[in-house]
Amino acid sequence: MRPGLLRTPSPLPGFGLSFGIMMTMLSLVVLLPLAALLGRGLAIGPAELWDMVNSRRIWAALTLSFRAALVASLVNLVFGLLLAWVLVRYRFWGRRLIDAAVDLPFALPTAVAGIALTALYAPNGVFGQALAPLGLQVAYTELGIWLALVFIGLPFVVRTVQPVIEELEPDLEEVSATLGARRTTTLCRVILPALTPALLTGFALALARSVGEYGSVIFIAGNIPGLTEIAPLLIVIRLEEYNYDAAAAIGIAMLVISFALLLAINAIQIWSRRRIGLV
Amino acid sequence: MSDIAPTRPVPVTTEPPLVRALLIGLAVAFVALFLFAPLVTVFAEALAEGGRGVIAALSLPDARAAIAMTLTIAAIAVPLNAVFGIAAAWAIAKFDFRGKAVLITLIDLPFSVSPVVAGLTLVLLFGANSALGAWLMANDIRIVFALPGIVLATLFVTFPFVARELIPVMIEQGRAEEEAALTLGAPGWRIFLTVTLPNTRWALLYGVLLSNARAMGEFGAVAVVSGKIRGETATMPTMVEMFYNEYLSVAAFSLAAVLALLALLTLLLKSLLEWRHADLLAATRRH
Repeated sequence: MRPGLLRTPSPLPGFGLSFGIMMTMLSLVVLLPLAALLGRGLAIGPAELWDMVNSRRIWAALTLSFRAALVASLVNLVFGLLLAWVLVRYRFWGRRLIDAAVDLPFALPTAVAGIALTALYAPNGVFGQALAPLGLQVAYTELGIWLALVFIGLPFVVRTVQPVIEELEPDLEEVSATLGARRTTTLCRVILPALTPALLTGFALALARSVGEYGSVIFIAGNIPGLTEIAPLLIVIRLEEYNYDAAAAIGIAMLVISFALLLAINAIQIWSRRRIGLV
Repeated sequence: MSDIAPTRPVPVTTEPPLVRALLIGLAVAFVALFLFAPLVTVFAEALAEGGRGVIAALSLPDARAAIAMTLTIAAIAVPLNAVFGIAAAWAIAKFDFRGKAVLITLIDLPFSVSPVVAGLTLVLLFGANSALGAWLMANDIRIVFALPGIVLATLFVTFPFVARELIPVMIEQGRAEEEAALTLGAPGWRIFLTVTLPNTRWALLYGVLLSNARAMGEFGAVAVVSGKIRGETATMPTMVEMFYNEYLSVAAFSLAAVLALLALLTLLLKSLLEWRHADLLAATRRH
């Protein structure tokens, strides 16, 4: 592209129309509503905004949302890697079924997942009864929130790591083996570093999704203020009280967390592209 | 073969059979416990009172209204989303202009915003206590707690699906074929219909499939914007919640089972597309 030129001339038609449709819809559907939220925040003012967010109940909700998302994404990091590895490298009966099933959390509505998990893990549910003798109560505790978020976040790690494992060069592993490395050494020193950027990206995507998750969590969480009340639920409660300013304050706090995660994802991708040319 | 098998060394690029079996077992157990068990529960709970219970539940006026609402929303939001996706992919893949990376980030933005926050933004923009909302109310135009608001919320959460799938495919296919059609004198719409669309139809279908699944299943954003008015703005997922909170377990799980069947159908079609047309779908599968 020549400097000073906004668009390189092209013989193809339809730029004006397609660009126009894109920008109109982007503005109406995404940018204008988000601007309304930020505008509301500006109207309230930073000091007032801080006062509104700075209550014990809201801090508890925000830290709970973030902590649970972190725990669930770490679980998904481990099991997502395991699943991606098994699905790419091993051949076994039912592999395609498992592969297709990994996307179930994307396809199944969150409210459906929420009531199903609650029915399973409630004290009178199948898993709930089995875990009760161990002294474990999952439903209506923070453990239940973790569980719902593990369900929601699993596909992100698997689907980000899977294509990278598919494209790993077998030569590298053979070279490593002929140089005398044991299999575990090869896995840790050759394969894992190549997968790290994809693992981090998948982890961050799962985290971003879990922090804001609502539908699958509220049924199993119990929603006790200060204990198992997640931040999105608090927004819903404030809206039901017609306390729009307080809802906006929590919404902005969540938006800040989301943007920070988005920046982190982009930074990871730029870093990995520079490092090894893989995403 | 059998007499040399026990002494055959393990290839250096894989794990010992025992480790492999262990890892496969662990992966399958994880999927069974975390993914299959909830799915089976939905159908088991729906059928707790037999098939008649399901039919009775689905014939409830509230359930039928919710099903109609969800179908209406998907029928409006998914085509709009497809139009946006096609327009965005055409502009981004077929032309060079400044600020493309920023634009793609903005299109991706809805993936990182909590659905509840998405709903909140619409309530703040069009709700009764905003300037725009007051004007809309004075002119008797209802957006929040009505169909337009739910459609906007659905569009927000499904926004990137089609565009995200089409952009990489269109970039990969380049511009040579379209330019060739142009030199042969084809008008713009004909280039699109006979050159671009056949090349990208499977990717488009894939994006539409994902977008439709999310549109029919969205809960958080729709719950905030719709006000969950029974028989009016309640969708299938929000009706599931209301039935569930009223301890109408069979009704809640029957409606949930319909949504689960839809999810299974989506997965089936998606897998078929991936097996048949893997080369024509986005090379990097990122959701």
